[in-house]
Amino acid sequence: MLGRTLREVSAALKQGQITPTELCQKCLSLIKKTKFLNAYITVSEEVALKQAEESEQRYKNGQSLGDLDGIPVAVKDNFSTSGIETTCASNMLKGYIPPYNATVVQKLLDQGALLMGKTNLDEFAMGSGSTDGVFGPVKNPWSYSKQYREKRKQNPHSKNEDSDWLITGGSSGGSAAAVSAFTCYAALGSDTGGSTRNPAAHCGLVGFKPSYGLVSRHGLIPLVNSMDVPGILTRCVDDAAIVLGALAGPDPKDSTTVHDPINKPFMLPSLADVSKLCIGIPKEYLVPELSSEVRSLWSKAADLFESGGAKVLEVSLPHTSYSIVCYHVLCTSEVASNMARFDGLQYGHRCDIDVSTEAMYAATRREGFNDVVRGRILSGNFFLLKENYENYFVKAQKVRRLIANDFVNAFNSGVDVLLTPTTLSEAVPYLEFIKEDNRTRSAQDDIFTQAVNMAGLPAVSIPVALSNQGLPIGLQFIGRAFCDQQLLTVAKWFEKQVQFPVIQLQELMDYCSAVLENEKLASVSLK
Amino acid sequence: MWSRLVWLGLRAPLGGRQGFTSKADPQGSGRITAQVIEHLERLALVDFGSREAVARLEKAIAFADRLRAVDTDGVEPMESVLEDRCLYLRSDNVVEGNCADELLQNSHRVVEEYFVAPPGNISLPKRDEQEPFPHS
Repeated sequence: MLGRTLREVSAALKQGQITPTELCQKCLSLIKKTKFLNAYITVSEEVALKQAEESEQRYKNGQSLGDLDGIPVAVKDNFSTSGIETTCASNMLKGYIPPYNATVVQKLLDQGALLMGKTNLDEFAMGSGSTDGVFGPVKNPWSYSKQYREKRKQNPHSKNEDSDWLITGGSSGGSAAAVSAFTCYAALGSDTGGSTRNPAAHCGLVGFKPSYGLVSRHGLIPLVNSMDVPGILTRCVDDAAIVLGALAGPDPKDSTTVHDPINKPFMLPSLADVSKLCIGIPKEYLVPELSSEVRSLWSKAADLFESGGAKVLEVSLPHTSYSIVCYHVLCTSEVASNMARFDGLQYGHRCDIDVSTEAMYAATRREGFNDVVRGRILSGNFFLLKENYENYFVKAQKVRRLIANDFVNAFNSGVDVLLTPTTLSEAVPYLEFIKEDNRTRSAQDDIFTQAVNMAGLPAVSIPVALSNQGLPIGLQFIGRAFCDQQLLTVAKWFEKQVQFPVIQLQELMDYCSAVLENEKLASVSLK
Repeated sequence: MWSRLVWLGLRAPLGGRQGFTSKADPQGSGRITAQVIEHLERLALVDFGSREAVARLEKAIAFADRLRAVDTDGVEPMESVLEDRCLYLRSDNVVEGNCADELLQNSHRVVEEYFVAPPGNISLPKRDEQEPFPHS
């Protein structure tokens, strides 16, 4: 049951094959078993069970709210949830309990979804590995999959220990791990530079970034206001469309949402054939750092569309090599501004110094933020200094326009959807990943994903195949602004063609039992 | 077939194109003087904490310097991707509020309905009055 799609489970709930409470309890039990993945910061058990009860009542009375009624979901811990601690994986907000729900959370609850908990992330969503939060790194469930473990056994040099577990990617790694390990059917992430698509690719999931302005950002603790969007992580494209249908739409509390009429619900047609489609392949995305496996899958995907009758064109996005630099400047500048609200006065951590407001703020912020966040704030402030403003910030804004125009030009040349890699390679081991600092890693890992945020376009990462090591590799589709439905339709066709394998987690379950046994033994010996 | 084009792309000379992740990041430009450090710390109310942090900032600036190579003559800065659209404003009616208690609950220091702050007219001590990088 836990491995089914959202639509299948929803049907099962309607037919009474399973009750919301049973479903909820199964998920909660699995969350406990997979605790070592560190995907969840807060598990809202009581809240979920209460919601499950209410959902059960509705089903009994034949008044289900829709496809999401009774469905367990998880939410990244930078979305405000009323009455449930929201930390952004930072000391600054430890213990902070928002008095309101983010609009997207409210919409999910209004549809009857069950909130399983808040998932782990990089501190304040800054990072590409989900390794830099104060609650520790998130482990990729694929580290424990049969597919990966079997390949490793073949390698005589590999140690069969837990020390070489893989990262999930970031920054919505907790959400990705939660969905990938079957503890929920969908999870909310946020996407500022690829934070939903990156972990989706590393965890073998569908990671969808909507067009900027389609989904409300109210309640999403902001990183970069002009680029943030809530993202959706699911195990298949149809599920992502169902969730998007619930979330999309104007919000009076977020003035950056658009008020155009949108086709709701997002029922995706099944594309019979792709012969009317034109796929664009941006040539500048072929970089030397791209792993040969990803390159080969990218090429095969293009072939797939071609043999399906679609037109496949090479396009040029000439400013691609500057886009990561531009993103870096704009991101740090906006971060410097957004993080200024954390002063310890009205919410969040507060230090003990009482000498003056400035001393209090400085100490609070030193204690509350980790190095990554502080580094970005300082960089951002540097770029915003009077003497640097024109040369860095305004310059980056101009380059942003050039990048956005590149996309417009590509789409105007008749292309419907662009096809690119999502990441440079499959997930790497944690010990490898931490050899470089956060900024360097982000600059490397966000390469294919951040330009999309700068242009505000919709994009989705679809899992394609397993690498030679048995790990997921995903490819990214980019659509025109507000053509999210078309994008998902193409993605759905592609998903059907590639038939990505289901993760086999029996080894995970065995590992869980082993861990639990050890814990029991340890607790016995402590007594 | 498509794969042929990709193969050709790989064989094209890569010289003259900067890698995305330049392994040889230029060393610090030396623009981060003690004065700049102090200025930034005062503006950001966040401290560097260590020499590594200063080095990281220098690398970040060197990275950002690559933008100089782009020709942006005549290009307008882009603030938002929704710049061509109308901003919708709510009507000016009060529909929610009266939640002072809830909001005050999140603060550490509250007196009646006030957030309590330390005195605001004392500026941060200068760097030479503090230890350099007490947390390195």
